Amino acid sequence: MKISKSGRRVSAAAAVLGISALALAACGAAPTDSGKSSSGSAAPKIDYTACMVSDEGGFDDRSFNQASFEGLKAAEKDLGVTTKSAESNSKTEMKPNIESMVSAKCNIVVTAGFNIGDATKEAALKYPDTNFAIVDFGYEDRPANVRTLSYKTDEAAFLAGYAAAAYSKTGKVGTFGGAEIPTVTIFMEGFLEGVNYYNEKKGKDVKVVGWGDSKSFVNNFSDANKARQISDNMIADGVDVIMPVAGPLGQSAVDAVNESSNGEDAVVWVDTDGYEYAKNGKAVVLTSVLKKMGETVEESIKSGVDKTFKGEDYMGTLENGGVDIAPFHDFSSKVPSELQGEIDQLRKDIIAGTVKVGK
Amino acid sequence: MSETTKGRQGWRAFVRSDGFVSVLAVVLSLIVGGILIAVTNKDAQASAAYFFAQPGDFFRDAWNAASGAYAAMFRSAIFNYEGATATEMFNPLSETLTQATPLITASLGVAIAFRAGLFNIGAQGQVIIGAAVAGFVGFRLHLPAPLHILLVVLAAALGGAAWGGLAGWLKAKTGAHEVITTIMLNYVATYLLAFVLLTPLMQRTGSSDPVSEVIDPTAVFPQLIPGTTLRVHLGFVIAILATVFTWWLLSRSKLGYRLRAVGANPEAARTAGISVAACTVIAMALSGAMAGLAGASQVSGTEMFVAEGIAATIGFDAITVALLARSKPLWVFLAALLFGAFRAGGVGMQTDTGTPVDIVLVVQSLIVLFIAAPALTRTIFGIRDRKKAAKAPKAPKSAPPAPPAETPAAQAATVEGGAA
Repeated sequence: MKISKSGRRVSAAAAVLGISALALAACGAAPTDSGKSSSGSAAPKIDYTACMVSDEGGFDDRSFNQASFEGLKAAEKDLGVTTKSAESNSKTEMKPNIESMVSAKCNIVVTAGFNIGDATKEAALKYPDTNFAIVDFGYEDRPANVRTLSYKTDEAAFLAGYAAAAYSKTGKVGTFGGAEIPTVTIFMEGFLEGVNYYNEKKGKDVKVVGWGDSKSFVNNFSDANKARQISDNMIADGVDVIMPVAGPLGQSAVDAVNESSNGEDAVVWVDTDGYEYAKNGKAVVLTSVLKKMGETVEESIKSGVDKTFKGEDYMGTLENGGVDIAPFHDFSSKVPSELQGEIDQLRKDIIAGTVKVGK
Repeated sequence: MSETTKGRQGWRAFVRSDGFVSVLAVVLSLIVGGILIAVTNKDAQASAAYFFAQPGDFFRDAWNAASGAYAAMFRSAIFNYEGATATEMFNPLSETLTQATPLITASLGVAIAFRAGLFNIGAQGQVIIGAAVAGFVGFRLHLPAPLHILLVVLAAALGGAAWGGLAGWLKAKTGAHEVITTIMLNYVATYLLAFVLLTPLMQRTGSSDPVSEVIDPTAVFPQLIPGTTLRVHLGFVIAILATVFTWWLLSRSKLGYRLRAVGANPEAARTAGISVAACTVIAMALSGAMAGLAGASQVSGTEMFVAEGIAATIGFDAITVALLARSKPLWVFLAALLFGAFRAGGVGMQTDTGTPVDIVLVVQSLIVLFIAAPALTRTIFGIRDRKKAAKAPKAPKSAPPAPPAETPAAQAATVEGGAA
């Protein structure tokens, strides 16, 4: 009895505290009507609706869905378009979600990845008046109202591989992937080629672990423990630069490097600039392989707004800026002084075609 | 007995009835869900910040958020009253039926196993195998339409039956518990499919992604209303037939009687001369066949090709549906329709009102939770249990009861005696 009474008193006290906290929080002044209508820097609203449907990954997959979604949100802010979005929890929801977007009078529907590729094509054929854009997927017979967005990430990864090899003190760099699928392995292949090119140029013998002779894959994009284990093993094996190509699991490599006793180890982040996006990334991200999905999605929406949209296969390259590597940020003092110049030259050579990347 | 006491007793009986409690459960979950929708709504959050200055704003925004979301759910699950054409108006209903189709057969499968006292967690794997086999027959064989469709359906059922039957056979032969074997066979099926999708056996020519060839047009389930964009397809008719078959099997056939007897009391069934081993294998094979049909409807009805996510979460949702329906075929059908409506309605909630998909799922799960746990709803509303309150030893009407008889199962058994 006693216990329950005091328990009740505690919970009553907690309730009072909670309510007063709420009350304090709720004491703000009501906004005036003029304040509610528009908020500062956003562009004026225009009559154009841009929509997006995710695949199973959702908009928080730290990969193509998230990047495309950020492009959509940027378009909302910069162009003043109305946006709608739907996440698909499973395969069965993709087609209905796209259908629902079309019936909600979307002018353009953006999707991402091979999982939703067929559903996008089917809808594009069914609704020729709606524009579609799909990230990281290509068609053999692309419908006329679809813009596919692909990226030669191996060109940028090549530069990152070269930089990693130049930075490495142990002569061993590593990479691991989420799954052995083309959009992942293209990073690893470019990275490997970049390291080999460095070896060839400088007469060095920097080794690559995880791609090439050996293959390291988590086999999913969610097992943070396994990603951590792979990273720890690589560090123990003398690897001092790791490039994780596994969406959110890249964080595991950043954590592993942050916690390794050696203060020299580094990470090459992918997709976005890890200096900003990775948690505690500032101290360990050497550079990042940028795949500018958000920018190209926004550009596709803009072309729809400007009535210049055309169905085509867009390919992001170093030349058109669709892919690149991020600045060295805090590492610019730690990398060899001539490296930035070499990277800039190499970028020019790849654009000119004098250095060949990929098959 | 005066008129008023009679009336009061009638009222009391009504309040305590299962039907009324289910209605309360739905109302309760809609209220809780509405609160969740309101607090996650940006407008309502904004006006909560100045609640004391203009409380009306908060209540208005909260009400708009919740009612808007539910209206959107209705419009995309049942009837779109804003639609311009008949197709637009009835598309939501078609979507609900389409989403429910694979769930109906898979849930019937789980229910059959439940009634035989077997907990088939393996519906997911059986759906996957069914889908893989259906796809294979669909794009590797080239036949005229009716024959091709028939073959796809048969192959999927056989594939699922083999996968389920394997778990049954392991249990009958070695005593290995079906929960463990079916869970493990789920993994085997998942990764087997992932592997096969990267081999020339299934992988689409010219593609390096794990997706299969597209099935022949002759293997596609025809739409029930041809010439429209309504997706509801032949699979729904198959699902109705499967429901009738399962009802007949469980309530009218000798085999069904044996299965239920084994489910109720294996020892007694054995003493009565029923082969428990044979019944176990048959129950699991039938269960798997039903799940396999769900795979066929995924491939030939909606997706047209096989990929890793082909089974979605159907196999696991099927367990919930079968539990919710207390393993009665007719109720399984209705419960699967309810789930289908949630799935279809969730789409509209997201696109029309911007309610985050996670909240949509939370609301759906709450509804199931409150319906599936009538005791919880009774407690919340302070209604005493009809059976416990009456205390009158009413003899249960129907013969062997379903899975371990708690109150709900016992109640359901009487339902079956009357309705199903």
